[in-house]
Amino acid sequence: MLRSILSDDLPRSRWLALALLAILVGLAVAPFLFPGAKSLNVAAKICVFIVLAASFDLLLGYTGIVSFAHTMFFGIGAYGVAISLTRMGAGWDAVAVGTVAGLVVAIVLATVIGLFSLRVRTIFFAMITLAVASAFAILASQLSDLTGGEDGLNYRLPAVLRSSFSFGDTWFGVRLNGRLLDYYLVYGASLVLILILLRIVNSPFGSVLMAIRENPFRAEAIGYRTVVYRTIASCIAAATAALAGALLALWSSQTNPDTTLSFDIMVDILLMVVIGGMGTMYGAVIGAVLLVFAQNYLQDLLAIANKALVGVPLLANLFHPDRWLLWLGVAFILCVYFFPTGIVGRLRQKR
Amino acid sequence: MKRDWLPLLLIPALMIGALPLIGSPASWVTLTVAGLAMGLMIFIMASGLTLTFGLMDVLNFGHGAFIAVGAFVAASVMLALAPWMTADSIWLNLAAIGPAVLAAMVVSGVLGLAFERVIVRPVYGQHLKQILVTTGGLIVAEQLLKVIWGPDQITLSRPTALRGAFLFGDVAIEKYRVLAVAVGLVVFAALALTLNRTRIGLLIRAGVENGEMVEALGYRIRRLFVGVFVVGSALAGLGGAMWGLYQETVTAAIGAQVAVLVFIVIIIGGLGSVGGCFVGALLVGLTANYIGFLAPKVALGSNILLMALVLLWRPQGLYPVAKR
Repeated sequence: MLRSILSDDLPRSRWLALALLAILVGLAVAPFLFPGAKSLNVAAKICVFIVLAASFDLLLGYTGIVSFAHTMFFGIGAYGVAISLTRMGAGWDAVAVGTVAGLVVAIVLATVIGLFSLRVRTIFFAMITLAVASAFAILASQLSDLTGGEDGLNYRLPAVLRSSFSFGDTWFGVRLNGRLLDYYLVYGASLVLILILLRIVNSPFGSVLMAIRENPFRAEAIGYRTVVYRTIASCIAAATAALAGALLALWSSQTNPDTTLSFDIMVDILLMVVIGGMGTMYGAVIGAVLLVFAQNYLQDLLAIANKALVGVPLLANLFHPDRWLLWLGVAFILCVYFFPTGIVGRLRQKR
Repeated sequence: MKRDWLPLLLIPALMIGALPLIGSPASWVTLTVAGLAMGLMIFIMASGLTLTFGLMDVLNFGHGAFIAVGAFVAASVMLALAPWMTADSIWLNLAAIGPAVLAAMVVSGVLGLAFERVIVRPVYGQHLKQILVTTGGLIVAEQLLKVIWGPDQITLSRPTALRGAFLFGDVAIEKYRVLAVAVGLVVFAALALTLNRTRIGLLIRAGVENGEMVEALGYRIRRLFVGVFVVGSALAGLGGAMWGLYQETVTAAIGAQVAVLVFIVIIIGGLGSVGGCFVGALLVGLTANYIGFLAPKVALGSNILLMALVLLWRPQGLYPVAKR
C-alpha cells in the first residue's frame, strides 16, 4: 500500500523517513498546533515551495539541465489565476479558467524554449532561460493594465476561501473558517502533486531522464531522442510550477512580481534543491522546509548576533539580519563541493 | 581561411534599415551613436567571458560580480575625488576618472584570480556544477557588496567635462557616449592585435580550437587560462565602471542585470568567439536603442527577439567555434 503510494521510492533511511513523516504530519496539524496568521502563512508557503522545488528537481536533479526560468512558469500560473479572479469576479469558474490558461501558456512557452535551446547544449539552455525569464519579469511589470505593474494585483478569493466564511464554531480553539479550508486545499493539492511527481520520476520515463543525465550520448545511441525527452521533462516541470503558482495565488489573494517572478525566488529554489539533495524528490521537500524556515527565523538568529557585535564595524554588517542570503549562499557553494547529494544523500549513506 | 563577412554586414544593414523607420536623420544619428556606445560597453564586459568559455569550456555565471565590483570601486574612488570631478577642467576630471577606472580594473582582476582559484578550479569539466557554483559565487559576492558598501544605491554624477552634448546642427551627441565608443574601440583593437599578432594570442586561439593539442606541444594551457580569466575580470570591472557612470547610479544588482545582456550577446556571437561577441554586442546595443525609440513598450523583449532570429539563422551563434 505505502509502496504503491510512494511509487516504490521509499526514503531508505530511518532519519529521512522520520523527517518526512514529521513534515507530513506537522503540516497537516499546523493550523491547530501553531494557531495564528503568520505561522499558517509559513505553513502554506512551505507546501507551495515543496511543489515548486520538487518540480525544479525534475529538471536539475533528474534530467541534469539547469533552468533559470522556473520562476517564470511559477509566475505564469500565479498571474493566470490572479488575472482571471480580477477580471471575472471571485468564482470557481474564474479559478478554473485561470489555472488552465496558465498551464497552457507555461507548456507552450516551455516547448518553444526547449526546442530552441535544448537541441544544442544544456549550457545554452541555462543562458537562454536566464535571458527569457528576466525579459518576462520586466514585461510583466511593464504591462500594468493586465498585471498591475510593480504593485501586482489584489483580488478577492472565492467566497468559500475567505476568512468571513464559517462552517462551524471552533474546534480545539481554532475557528473553522475559509482560511482553514484554503490551507487544506493548498496542502492536499501539494501532496497530490508531489505523489504524481514521484510517480513520474520512478516510471520508465524517469529512468530515461536519469540515463540522459548520466550520459546523453549513450542515451541517444540506445535510441532515445534526448531533445524530445528533455523538452517533455521541461514541460512537465513548467506545468507543475504553474500549478504551484496557481496555489500561491489562491492562498495569498495578492500576486506581484516580487513574490512570483523575481530572481530572488529563483535563487531560493536553487538553494532548496541543492541543499536538500539533487536527484531525489525528498531532497526538494527537506530543502524547501529548511529554506522557508531559514527565511523566517534565521533573520531572528542573525539579529541576536548582530546585537552582540554592534561595536565591531564590518563584522556587525556581516551578521545583519538582511544578510541571511550570504550565509545560505556560502552553504550552497560548500554543498555543491562537499555534499553534492545534499542532506538526503548524506542521510541515505549512513544507514 | 575564408573570412565569413555575412554577420558583419548585419550591422550596416540594421542601421540602414532603421533609418526610414525613424524618419528624422538627426534622431537617427543620435540613436546610432547611443547604440554603438551601449554595444561597445557590453562588448568590453562580454569579451572576457566568451574567451574563458572558448579556452577552457568554463561558463562563469558569476561574471556579473566583477561588473558590480568594478562599478562600486570606481564609484568610491570618484566620490573620494569629488572636488576634481566637479572642477571645470578636463585634465582634473580625467585625473579623477583615471585612478577610478584603474582601481576598478585592479580590484576586479585580483578578485578574478581569487574566484578562479576558489570557485572555478575544483569544477573543471563539469558543466552542471560550474553553473551552480558560479551562481552561488554571484549570490555571495552580491551580498558581500551590500555588507561593504551598504544596501542602498550610490548616486554618481559624471564629471563636468563629460556632461552635456556636442551639437552639430540638429544632431545632439552626448559627450560621454563618444568617450564610451572611443574606449570600446581601443579595447577591441587591443584585443584583436593581441589575439592576431602576438605569440600569446596565437596560443590562446590555438587553445580555443584544440586545447589538448596545445598542451601536447608543451604549453601550460592552465596558466594561459588563468591569465585570460584575470584579464577578462579586469575588463568586466572596466565595463562596470563605465556602465555605472553611464547610468549615474550604482546598485548591487547591477551585475546581475548587465550579465543578462552579456549572456545574450555571447549567445548571439557564438560561445567562444571574440569577433562574434563584438558583432553581437553592437547588434544588441543598436536594436535596444532603435526599438526603445520606435516602440518603448516592447523594447525589453527586443533583445530576446533578436537572439531568437539569430539562432533560427545560425543555431550555434554568428561565428560558431569549430570544435563544438
